[in-house]
Amino acid sequence: MSAALLSFEAVSYRYPGVDAPALEEVSFELSPGAFCLLAGLSGQGKSTLLRAACGLVPHFYGGRFSGRVTLAGLSTHEHGPARLGTFAGALFQDPETQLVTSSVRAELSLALESRGHRPAAVARGVEEVALALGIDHLLDRTTYDLSGGEKQRVALAAALAGRPPLVLLDEPTSQLDPVAGDELVGLLRRLNQEWETTVLLAEHRLERCLTAADRVISLEHGRVAHDGDPASFLAWAALRAPPLQTPGAKLFALAGLRPAPVGVRQARTSLRSGGLLPTADDCGRPPASPRRSKRARRRGSALALRGVWHELRNGPAILRGVNLSVRAGETVALMGRNGAGKSTLLRHAAGLLEPTRGRIDRAGRVALLLQNPGDYFVHDRVGAEAPARALHAAGLGGLADRHPRDLSGGERQRLALAIVAGEEVTAHGGPAVVALDEPTRGMDREAKAELAGELQRRAQLGQAVIVATHDPEFAAACARRAVLLADGRVIADGDAAELLSGGWYFATETARILSGAGGALLPEQGAALLAQRLLAQEVAV
Amino acid sequence: MSPGGTLFFYRPLASPLHAARAGVGALWALSLVVAAIVLYHPLALLSILAVIVCAALAAGVGPEMGRALRTASLVGVPIVIVNVIVSRYGLTVFARLGSLGPFGQGDLTVEALVYGAVIALKVSIVILIGTLASLAVDPDELLRIVRRLSFRSALTASLSVRMIPLLAADAQRLAEAQRTRPRAPRGARARIAIVAAVLEGSLDRAMDVAATLELRGFATARRAPRRLRPWSRHDLAFALSAVAVLGLGAAGAAAVPFAAYPRVHAALGATAAVLCLALVVAGALPFCDRRGIEQ
Repeated sequence: MSAALLSFEAVSYRYPGVDAPALEEVSFELSPGAFCLLAGLSGQGKSTLLRAACGLVPHFYGGRFSGRVTLAGLSTHEHGPARLGTFAGALFQDPETQLVTSSVRAELSLALESRGHRPAAVARGVEEVALALGIDHLLDRTTYDLSGGEKQRVALAAALAGRPPLVLLDEPTSQLDPVAGDELVGLLRRLNQEWETTVLLAEHRLERCLTAADRVISLEHGRVAHDGDPASFLAWAALRAPPLQTPGAKLFALAGLRPAPVGVRQARTSLRSGGLLPTADDCGRPPASPRRSKRARRRGSALALRGVWHELRNGPAILRGVNLSVRAGETVALMGRNGAGKSTLLRHAAGLLEPTRGRIDRAGRVALLLQNPGDYFVHDRVGAEAPARALHAAGLGGLADRHPRDLSGGERQRLALAIVAGEEVTAHGGPAVVALDEPTRGMDREAKAELAGELQRRAQLGQAVIVATHDPEFAAACARRAVLLADGRVIADGDAAELLSGGWYFATETARILSGAGGALLPEQGAALLAQRLLAQEVAV
Repeated sequence: MSPGGTLFFYRPLASPLHAARAGVGALWALSLVVAAIVLYHPLALLSILAVIVCAALAAGVGPEMGRALRTASLVGVPIVIVNVIVSRYGLTVFARLGSLGPFGQGDLTVEALVYGAVIALKVSIVILIGTLASLAVDPDELLRIVRRLSFRSALTASLSVRMIPLLAADAQRLAEAQRTRPRAPRGARARIAIVAAVLEGSLDRAMDVAATLELRGFATARRAPRRLRPWSRHDLAFALSAVAVLGLGAAGAAAVPFAAYPRVHAALGATAAVLCLALVVAGALPFCDRRGIEQ
């Protein structure tokens, strides 16, 4: 018998009513204690593979299945998810669908009680998993009062309550801010190292978890395209799948450096050994763009918030005297932790909320794209959702007869943007301001790059663009200015090159590798900087 | 979005009722409902109302109960009006509407007014106690008791309790999204579209929830074992209070008569006064002891 905890043998699978295979001839084995990342663009079979690993495919979803999946010696042919759940806990994207009771303690107890554990074992199991995941202070809270990060932790704790040897995670950090996302990945690493819990994690932001992994399986059209350690994956991605490269790997590839680094620390070590790591002198303030006076900025502003407060009737203040003005054609990234007030600020900008104090001036309509693009779709045809010209401008002209829910993540986002922005995208038509609230959740790098391009196009046409995002890479790609919110206040407002290059959490990987030298945020900018240093070295030699 | 804005949900607070075990808390609430059903004397009903007010303040749910009282009055006032108009009983006429055709003479009587008010009071009390229980009795613990009898039914109920605020939040989000369209759809068609979208979303959500439950062993779930835990002072106090309220309700129904028709007759002697005082004391006394409550 194989010593593998999980094994796939030539697994192929088609969802009911779908001709294209979601998985095709997938074979691999996972040993106990492994930390394996699943990489791949959207729709390549990562979620399906996770479902197959715990028997949900095909027992729950139906469809045509061939091959063999074995978990802890049990074949998914003979055993369903209920039995296999003893050996595999699962955590999916949306924590709301994984919490089934009203209190945290009841949530953690349910998984143990439904497996027939005695009360003493349930009580002990709940205490232990709560302590292990650092949620003991949440035990007596209600689940609907928790933040997104807390909900994910509670859902993970519920999945781990029975101490399964394998945990399957499908983009668990997609809805979390950078701090909560890093905390979750750190937690997984600790579980892996201290409990020998095997981790199989599907994730788009590979840079966040590649250092924790000891193996990466990349999927392409349902097939295993690459299976190896993180370093070999990065080398493969540089040649075969550039969109899967981490920013650090892309930086090295563009600068002609090898091998691609697995994480910031390795990148810095490698640069230091080559004498390429920027020194403290290089890491001064990046060249600031010419600044206009406050009055001048307000005079030409498409949107101006003046001392805006939002105070709940029986609760705290969500916004505390926010002053913010955005000019036509300007691109602004609004950043901050979950609960900092970003969404509330955008709702005020669009007129969905009225400030309890303060004033908001708008030069025209503010088109607000809320977090979930699916919320905009109320028709069964793409063509019925938005005017033809808007669809054409969004590159969706050929999809008018499709159902909106059948579109990919990026297409759904573009359709929602076409709906809120309306007919025309010109300086004299369409909205004065386009505001987007966390538009990149669950998007792969290709879709993010497309969206960033679309936003820059709108800015060039004179629309002011404000994007609330947790993703520093996306912020750097689409915005020239960054505003950091904390506790309802603007705590930093300046050039993106300055703001996103000087921190730990709200900084791009390129900036962290290069210590913010020259204000380089993106791999292309960082590579140019490194190329200069290489040239200087050659001249010196 | 916090779901507490328009709907009422349990939150663990520092109060004797929150500290009591859910089964006992529910029994105490049930005893007040039973007493409100069997008693007709207005003073006895007002005593139960006083117990509810004391309980709401002591449990820290006064504002929510205030909103529930407004809802109860929206139900109660029509009851009084309808009873006055349709009732043909009572001898003390205070207004004559003349002939109402097939409905006969439209005489409005004081007795019909009083009886309508008593029924409205009873209904209001039931609404208020239901609200108080939903705010102060842990539904998960309560459903855990039911799970011993029928796991699946209890879990379905548990999911419903959890899903209501989520669906409310979905509807609010969708409505907000529609408001951000350049030409926001209005009227009945827009509302129907939102309801349809909420339903569609809830089906998607149901699939994910079902998958989660599958993995947590729902399909092979066994009967929840009995959880033994010592009775706290609050458990004992509310259990005794429930027994006392039930006893007083039974005794009061027999000893303190009330009749609305043909003329209003209510016993107003010492017995009635003692019953009312005893009801208030028995119902509210457990709230006086705040020892051992988590802050």
